[in-house]
Amino acid sequence: MAFNRKDLLGTRELTVEEIKTILDTAESFKEVSTRSIKKVPTLRGKTIINFFFEPSTRTRTSFEIAAKRLSADAVNISASGSSVTKGESLIDTARNLQAMAPDAIVIRHRSPGVPHQLAKMVEASIINGGDGAHEHPTQALLDAFTIRERKGELAGLQVAIIGDIMHSRVARSNAHLLTKLGAHVRVAGPRTLVPPQFDKIVGESEGSITVCNRIEEALEGSDVVMMLRIQRERMSDAFFPSLKEYSIHYGLTLERLALASPECIVMHPGPVNRGVEISSEVVDSARSLVLDQVTNGVAVRMAILFLLAGREID
Amino acid sequence: MKLLIKGGRVIDPSRGVDEIADLFVEDGRISALESESPDEGIDIFDASGFVVAPGFIDMHVHLREPGEEYKETIASGAAAAVAGGFTAVCSMPNTSPVNDNASVTRYIIEKARAAGLARVYPVGAITRGSEGKELAEMGEMKEAGAVAVSDDGRPVMDSQVMRHAMEYACDHNLVVVDHCQDLHLSAGGVMNEGRCSTELGLKGIVSAAEENHVARDILLAELTGARVHIAHISTAGSVEMVRAAKRRGLPVTCEVTPHHLALTDEAVISFDTNTKMNPPLRSEADRKALIEAARDGTIDAIATDHAPHHFDEKMNEYDCAPFGVIGLETALGIALKVLYHEAGIELSRIIEMLTCGPARAFSLPGGSLEIGAAADVTVFDAAREWTVEPERFKSRSRNTPFAGWLVRGAVVTTFVDGRQVFRAG
Repeated sequence: MAFNRKDLLGTRELTVEEIKTILDTAESFKEVSTRSIKKVPTLRGKTIINFFFEPSTRTRTSFEIAAKRLSADAVNISASGSSVTKGESLIDTARNLQAMAPDAIVIRHRSPGVPHQLAKMVEASIINGGDGAHEHPTQALLDAFTIRERKGELAGLQVAIIGDIMHSRVARSNAHLLTKLGAHVRVAGPRTLVPPQFDKIVGESEGSITVCNRIEEALEGSDVVMMLRIQRERMSDAFFPSLKEYSIHYGLTLERLALASPECIVMHPGPVNRGVEISSEVVDSARSLVLDQVTNGVAVRMAILFLLAGREID
Repeated sequence: MKLLIKGGRVIDPSRGVDEIADLFVEDGRISALESESPDEGIDIFDASGFVVAPGFIDMHVHLREPGEEYKETIASGAAAAVAGGFTAVCSMPNTSPVNDNASVTRYIIEKARAAGLARVYPVGAITRGSEGKELAEMGEMKEAGAVAVSDDGRPVMDSQVMRHAMEYACDHNLVVVDHCQDLHLSAGGVMNEGRCSTELGLKGIVSAAEENHVARDILLAELTGARVHIAHISTAGSVEMVRAAKRRGLPVTCEVTPHHLALTDEAVISFDTNTKMNPPLRSEADRKALIEAARDGTIDAIATDHAPHHFDEKMNEYDCAPFGVIGLETALGIALKVLYHEAGIELSRIIEMLTCGPARAFSLPGGSLEIGAAADVTVFDAAREWTVEPERFKSRSRNTPFAGWLVRGAVVTTFVDGRQVFRAG
């Protein structure tokens, strides 16, 4: 099998071969969720800890359901803040987790790099469930899975990613992953929220990244549009003046969507701010795959847990 | 007490000397050579194959005492200094309490005297508590032994306060040392802003945050006539402004750290918190500009910004870990590897930045082997390769980005006042 990693830390380091293995494995697991008894014994006796230092409903639930449908024992731990506010250093957190002998730890943390740091300290597989604005590999994998399911192939597709690129781990993980699979990524957003040299973050790949000055430019003829959630608190940091102005200038409406290819699909990592970055008409339209993304998220996470936590089984 | 340092390559940039020669020391001072066959009561150190230089001066270290002795003490910092070939260091005032008054200044000098290794020259604060509001008692600190003033790490944001500080420092013939950082532009930043920060999702510190204050300080130096020293210069833009200021004859000097000469922000991709310091590691273009500025004389000094932190503090999330790395014991090996062996800069120029360069910038004694000077001497092997092993450091802390590096250039022995204070084991 073309997957021999201890951890899944990001999409940056994945090979095309590994990505295809994950997506193919997810395809075979997708059917499990459609059975009346939605469970296979694949990971029986394995322990998976979902350690979320940041509030999350969707991702945590998705991982929990994925683990349970594979018959693993899943435990959720929530904490808030950093090691500094918690009063326990990262290394002690790691050692305590390791002492409970889990097979895999899904970690979400507000600080970039925490999964990478923990992966060096523990024997369990570390799965990055989102580290600050850095990476969110399982989201990008479920996005690629959803696109592939609808479009068949990613190579040559034009994918627009629009909104707060700066603070988005989804944008970064997708930039790496989609370009590896040969898609052409265009990003756009208010200039305050597009970080410098975003088009330089990926290495050699079949696809490309273009930073567009206007959202219309990014939408023009695109096959896939991914809208990113805009956080209200960005206003207080002077990134943009108001949600109203944001929706007028950067929001996805049916009118703007008409610039894209007629078969263009619309995605959003959730939770959606209706009427802000995306209008209700678009969210509720047949082109919106928001709920397919959620469904596929379980299958993709089952595949990842299987490939990592189940690795000694083979 | 007589000492003969025999047969070394004596490089003393303060006098333009670079020759194979013997160096004679009597009663702690450099002395004229007595005769070809010295008498019996003399210690002889065979320096053949080695470079004999004035003792190095590090104008920017954090010794953490008083207040954070678990990171470093004046004694452990002084031991690290002499192991790195530094016979004098200037200690920054951000201790607890801050060195903003003569009693703290005197305390530091007392502790350094008791340690008896490197000379320690305290740098006083610019403002009380380094809070950027009211001026600290510079006159009294100067009388107690402070050699310069700085609010290092907590830059003076209010330009009017800075102007007054410069005017007042002129009265007391003190150099104003600035850690140039516009705290608004850099807010929340933990690394250089650029391709790497974009990739890692870490908040960046844009070059303009440094350059903004370099520009301001140069303008204020011109306005007030004060001597201004730019600490740990890190960007190509800052270098260019200092070069232009010097061309115009302004009394502006600057220093560079070994880590900014050797590393770029690519090192942060490992999420190793020992790559986190302030100013941050910059781009390759910046690094190259720093090397050229070292070559052409724009940079006056190599200073380590030795900033010890405990392992427990550094072993945390990248964005929560404290800024700073240690540097006293790796400075020579890094400087020679990068500037001499890689960039081909002459040894005498590099030694200038470690000796008379900083001495001139702060009007310190030392930095010269002229007859009658205190016999502060560093002997090193410019070619020797060695591997950086933090567990062997004299410093109390281990936070170096160079662990495991193969470097070139090793200190053989260090003398202060003619006394051997370090000898490589």
